[in-house]
Amino acid sequence: MIPASFDYVRPQSLEDALAQLREHGEDARVLAGGHSLLPVMKARLADPGVLIDVAGLEDLSGISESEGSEGGVRIGAMTTHAEIEASSLVRGKCYSLVEAAGAIGDVQVRNRGTLGGSLAHADPAADYPAVVLAAGAEITVVGADGERVIGADDFFTGAYETALRAGEIITSVRIRASAVRGSSAYLKAAQQASGFAVCGVAARLALDGNGVVASIRVGVTGVAATAYRATSVENALMGSAPSAESIRKAAAGAGEGVDALDDFYAGADFRRHLAGVYTARAIGKAWIRATGK
Amino acid sequence: MAQAPKFIGAPIKRRDDPRLIQGLAHYVDDFNPHGTLHMAMVRSPYGKANIRSVDVSKAAAAEGVVAVYTHEETKGIGPVPVGGLVPDAKVPEQPILADKQTLFAGEPVVAVIAETRYGARDAADLVDIDYEPLDAVVDLAAAMESGSPKVHDAYESNEAFKWGIAGGDVEAGMKEADVIVKEKITNARVAPLALEPRGVLAHYLPGEDKMTIWTSTQVPHKVRTLVALQIGMPENRMRVIAPEVGGGFGSKLNIYREEALAAFVSRELGVPIKWVESRSENFMTTIHGRGQVGDVEMGLKNDGTITAFRYNVLADCGAYYQLLTVAIFTLTGLMLPGPYKIENIEMNATGVFTNKVATDAYRGAGRPEATYILERMMDIAAIELGMDPVEIRRKNFPDKSEFPFNTSAGLSYDSGDYHQALDLALEAADYSGMRAQQEEARKDGRYLGIGFSTYVEICGMGPSAALGGQGWESARVRVEPTGKATVFSGASPHGQGQQTSFAQIVADGLGIDVNDVTVIHGDTDVVPYGVGTFGSRGTVVGGSAVVYARDKVRAKMAKFAAMEFEADENDIEFEDGKVFVRSAPEKSAGFAEVAMMAYSAIALPEDTDPGLEETHFFEPSNFTFPFGTHIVLAEVDPETGDVEILRYVAVDDVGNMINPLLVHGQIHGGIAQGLGQALEEEMIYGEGGQPLNASFMHYALPKASRLPRFELLHTTTPTDVNPLGAKGVGEAGTIGSTPAVVNAVLDALSPFGITHIDMPLRPERLWRAIAEKRA
Repeated sequence: MIPASFDYVRPQSLEDALAQLREHGEDARVLAGGHSLLPVMKARLADPGVLIDVAGLEDLSGISESEGSEGGVRIGAMTTHAEIEASSLVRGKCYSLVEAAGAIGDVQVRNRGTLGGSLAHADPAADYPAVVLAAGAEITVVGADGERVIGADDFFTGAYETALRAGEIITSVRIRASAVRGSSAYLKAAQQASGFAVCGVAARLALDGNGVVASIRVGVTGVAATAYRATSVENALMGSAPSAESIRKAAAGAGEGVDALDDFYAGADFRRHLAGVYTARAIGKAWIRATGK
Repeated sequence: MAQAPKFIGAPIKRRDDPRLIQGLAHYVDDFNPHGTLHMAMVRSPYGKANIRSVDVSKAAAAEGVVAVYTHEETKGIGPVPVGGLVPDAKVPEQPILADKQTLFAGEPVVAVIAETRYGARDAADLVDIDYEPLDAVVDLAAAMESGSPKVHDAYESNEAFKWGIAGGDVEAGMKEADVIVKEKITNARVAPLALEPRGVLAHYLPGEDKMTIWTSTQVPHKVRTLVALQIGMPENRMRVIAPEVGGGFGSKLNIYREEALAAFVSRELGVPIKWVESRSENFMTTIHGRGQVGDVEMGLKNDGTITAFRYNVLADCGAYYQLLTVAIFTLTGLMLPGPYKIENIEMNATGVFTNKVATDAYRGAGRPEATYILERMMDIAAIELGMDPVEIRRKNFPDKSEFPFNTSAGLSYDSGDYHQALDLALEAADYSGMRAQQEEARKDGRYLGIGFSTYVEICGMGPSAALGGQGWESARVRVEPTGKATVFSGASPHGQGQQTSFAQIVADGLGIDVNDVTVIHGDTDVVPYGVGTFGSRGTVVGGSAVVYARDKVRAKMAKFAAMEFEADENDIEFEDGKVFVRSAPEKSAGFAEVAMMAYSAIALPEDTDPGLEETHFFEPSNFTFPFGTHIVLAEVDPETGDVEILRYVAVDDVGNMINPLLVHGQIHGGIAQGLGQALEEEMIYGEGGQPLNASFMHYALPKASRLPRFELLHTTTPTDVNPLGAKGVGEAGTIGSTPAVVNAVLDALSPFGITHIDMPLRPERLWRAIAEKRA
């Protein structure tokens, strides 16, 4: 479990980090918490020539209320899972993100692993993709051509593939606050060894004054090669006053027609089945939270 | 001892813990003699492959590389030692480095020696081996079909051995039965996964012609004798040290290729050679446990009386045997009747070679397999007969008056009261309340299940003749001139805590404080020749040797005290750091004063030599047979297949307890490991023979969050096999828990008409079984 040799640089500014990335090109990898990258290097499945450690870059840190009228939260890319798990600000704005952060790996992983690192790695079984999809999060990235914002729906393009371009670094994630009569929840079936999601579902919804669903988004991770939104479920519930029964019925579609992963943890049909079960449970939980019941 | 024990039976905290918790312990990898070179192994990635060519030139030329070894340079080393064989077993020679073929993924082909560990690892990647992958033998049943690919080209088939045990007349018993229940049951291959992987540091000093080997082992003297033979060196020029050892679970009751290889290379190069196993190597090249697939058949009368029990099993040996591969399967046969009066038993085992690492001893070693199939069948039979699982067990228990109880497998169970342990467990669990809770939950669509395991195990291994040699253990006790006592044990604890419990034994016998006793083990130059720690023998056999050695020293001290006090040596008492005359307590001296008399030797009692140091080799007259009842309340989520353990009640009768805290620690860990096998653990191989889950990212061990609070109780039925009356506890938890957990899950699923699912009961398996029944 010894990696091949590599160079290590620790830039002092975001500009410096981007310059290093430009200089080393494909030979370089950005090192965030290292909890995905270092294991594959130790197994010699990856051997980057240079690691660019972005720890300590101020532009990538911190949790704060985001500017703008909607009262969201801005989370720096280098924020650790443990910091998110413990943040009352995030809890108030997006409960499911706190739940997801607390469900990642173990204590050591949560103390080192970061939101930005996890998103950029885009493991098909990672927890965050479901949440950022359900929350409609906006992911701010910066590269040689300056800053741009990528919507969660456009961010995940495949297994370990994202809309990030070469030389770009995620700087922060912005999530709008839940509506007054809204909430969210994240639940998962964890792979027993690693804790990664065999099926993880985040649901976020808002109700109007009559208890009718005014908005709903459902993100599913672990089931397919890329995290996805269960739009058929969203459509089935949108504009209706949900009941446990209607949620269950709608949620059954969450895995339908999905090209599911198939491995020794879970066959494709089991994953599709779990997508339905966990979607119902996540929506139900978010709904109960939203109604304050 | 005349006075009541002060330390024996007390829950004294383990001495090892502070250093372990603070990172102050010294494992093999913590020793770095000057000039140490590092060894990295190049291993085959294939289940089976021909080696067309090996080119080490690039590796040999790499910076910092000192030497590169292949089969050619190491063929002078003897093959990996094998013991515990049955008649007519085929015994393939396991070379140190593969020659023309590799027979399992992970088998070493080349060893690279370099100045740094990193350099050795990098150079290993430069070795160019041209493999021709061949069809691999993975599945046991398929391996026995004609036309199957073969593991060993030299043999006619993949059959490694045939072995059977029979007691009574199974055919007659089956005829006598009102019902016969049958099931195909698997004990999956699992990995022991000690927290500290294996590691070896061999240091040959040419000037002294002396080899020191630090190795992470349970059996330092076996390593010394056998490695000395392998590399052709007198064993009295060799010193083996088992420093702190981070767990073994049977996996380090073995002699592995790297031990002889490091010693051989160190002698050739005259420098220390170190190799420390990575976790990936640990999964692939350290032995696995279990690996049995069998057809089980039980005949019963309508009242639940068992008339016959038969087990026809394929036993997964792997490609080569390790030290006790074959013997482990025979333990299953000896354990077959379990805690029941089964007059007619039969086991027919066929050992099967597969393209996998060897199986061997893993916590319980053959007994958990027997207990599991038996306890599964008890539940299956109970359903068939419409009996409560408690009643069918009770029906077949021997009464306590029947002990010593002779079994149809040829053993004599020393002592037992199985009804008492069961009664206590039922009471602690509130069994009828549990059943009511289950009934209520079912009305709410929740699936709760209650699982039992009533077990007995074979411990305190054991009589030497029954073990095929070396069942004894040694101890030397020295009272130092200052009145401190030192125990030198031939056992080799590696986490069990005997540094504490042996001190308790000696402190009580000598009437001194437990903190005045130090326990030393695991160094062949320091302790008497010993056997080691495995088979729940450390305290039972090793501790008994300590008792006798202690009493010899005590008797000698009594002579010095008797001389001093002009009293009878039989009238001398030891208590609270004093040695005094029982009938005249005013005649008293400090323990240290008497000790000094023996060393000053200015005056000697008649026929008495100076010094206070006595050795004893203890040979047990029988095994010991601890027993108990485990009860599990579990809930299954039928939508997801998730299992939650709601309650865990265990009554374990381990005889007298030297230290109940250590006993509980053993049971906690044992239950966790047994539960892991029940719910999560299994080595999974692809068609080519590559393990697919050889990392902690993929192979699930039970985590703390998975485990319930353990409710532990005891009955105490001492044994007369040893002076401590102790029966051993190292494996009880593992043996009791696996069937209890599985039985609870299957009881939960009984409304679906499901009677058996093979371990591990991972969510998907449960979901599929339910879906099948619903369809």
